[in-house]
Amino acid sequence: MKKLGWVLFFLAPSAIPLLIFTVVPMVSSLWVSLHRWNLISPMKWVGLDNYTHLLSDPTTREVFLHTVIYCAGYLPLVFAGGLGLALALNQRLPGRAFFRAAYFLPVVTSWVVVALVWKWLLNPTSGLVNSLLGALGAPQPGWWTDPTWALPAVILASAWKDLGFVMVIMLAGLQAIPQDILEAARTDGAGAWQRFWRVTLPLLSPSTFFVVVISLINGFQVFDQVYVMTAGGPQGASQVVVGQIYDLTFRYGRAGEASALSWILFAVILVITALQVRGQRRWVHYA
Amino acid sequence: MLVAAGAFLMLVPFLWTVITSITPNGSLAGGPTLFVHNPTLAAYRQLLDALPMWRIAVNSLWIAAASTLFQLVTGSMAAYGFARLAFRGKGIVFSLYLATLMVPMQVLVVPLFIEMKTLNLQDTYMSLLAPSIASAFGVFLLRQAVESVPRDLDEAATIDGAGHLRIFTTIVLPLIRPALATVAVFAFMGSWNSFLWPLVVIRSPEFMTLPLGLATLQGQFTTDWDVVMAGSVFSVLPIAIVYLLAQRHIIAGIAHTGIK
Repeated sequence: MKKLGWVLFFLAPSAIPLLIFTVVPMVSSLWVSLHRWNLISPMKWVGLDNYTHLLSDPTTREVFLHTVIYCAGYLPLVFAGGLGLALALNQRLPGRAFFRAAYFLPVVTSWVVVALVWKWLLNPTSGLVNSLLGALGAPQPGWWTDPTWALPAVILASAWKDLGFVMVIMLAGLQAIPQDILEAARTDGAGAWQRFWRVTLPLLSPSTFFVVVISLINGFQVFDQVYVMTAGGPQGASQVVVGQIYDLTFRYGRAGEASALSWILFAVILVITALQVRGQRRWVHYA
Repeated sequence: MLVAAGAFLMLVPFLWTVITSITPNGSLAGGPTLFVHNPTLAAYRQLLDALPMWRIAVNSLWIAAASTLFQLVTGSMAAYGFARLAFRGKGIVFSLYLATLMVPMQVLVVPLFIEMKTLNLQDTYMSLLAPSIASAFGVFLLRQAVESVPRDLDEAATIDGAGHLRIFTTIVLPLIRPALATVAVFAFMGSWNSFLWPLVVIRSPEFMTLPLGLATLQGQFTTDWDVVMAGSVFSVLPIAIVYLLAQRHIIAGIAHTGIK
């Protein structure tokens, strides 16, 4: 077989599906975003109208704000929790394997299950959480029926699910730290607290970087758990960007605007990721 | 101590799910309890009457297995192509692969939906499987692994008269098994958990996957939490079994992507 033959042989099986199911839709999505279209009647060219309309529409600002709030609540929770767990499980504890398995089980469970189970746990009238809060005499929030609590409810469920993921990444990072550096710090008289701040944390920065980048990319695309737990409600209080894209397309028949919004979201994610990659030089240390 | 309390906190929701599913009518008026008085499987019967759950579970399993297999085959081949074949424009082609990696599913949903509609594939297995036949993420990860296989090995094999196909199947593939396992974990979990795409493209219960089936269930039984929780138990069980069997590989696979 000729050289070109081999190239085609090895690359075509992945290139053709990627072309048909990613590249073509990508290009046509751009095309759709320049039209007004309800998925049925013929497309009508509107140029950049969808974009300008979205950018001046308060709903867009709102759904982006909710998405940012989601990230701002979710990221510190999973990061602090995952790091704490990783530090604890890096010690020689009895039953370490069991704990690792227990913390990781939610990671392999699908979002829809997690969302449903938490919706039930946070059921305002007969859920476990409010029953316990009631028994303690604490206030019982309406969770997903209350606009103030809908987003926190989603954040809680999400953090619970992803804790194990962050823990595993951090554990891998911890185990990659050379023991002699910590030993050297110890002989130089550094206490446990100092060793953590001055040695462990800086040397964990590649893992931290990975977790932050991935969490923000996923956080901006949050959808499943919101759709199942609150469907964006009550009164749009927990509507996020992807939920809005879905509703625009399949509820309001505004596919052009939905496509434009998905490109705006993509641009935002790209910029945030690029900023983080550029900024990493300042704080990420590779051992 | 704190770790143990935390682990309990992680498992309580699962426990609560099981308890609710066997409580008569899901009635927990007497407050939460660990001991169900008249445990019943009625909710499971209702569940099986409402949706073809066995078929839905099998759908989920085989679609996840098929997309995993496809991604391993297409991904490892492309990885070999990029790592071992010299051709013009390789850098550009590889960047194009990487670019597809960055496109979120949401950007693709509308046109993919239209594509499936024009091809008359909506509400079929094909439409569920097609977008996950190849993944740029897999190609990227596997290429790194192939690059780390010493070239001396394939040069020696070439001298012995082996062609690309022989080198690929007998030398490279066995040596990149850990990376293949990692890709398999991500492919399987990705397909098993995917929700947005099935939600868009599937209407009939017989083609649903578990996440979609469950979400539909919630719509049908708005207040019958016992049925909804029975569905949750039903759909957690298969993945929990897979997880317990392959736990080491899954955790190692995920940890593997975070280092580097």
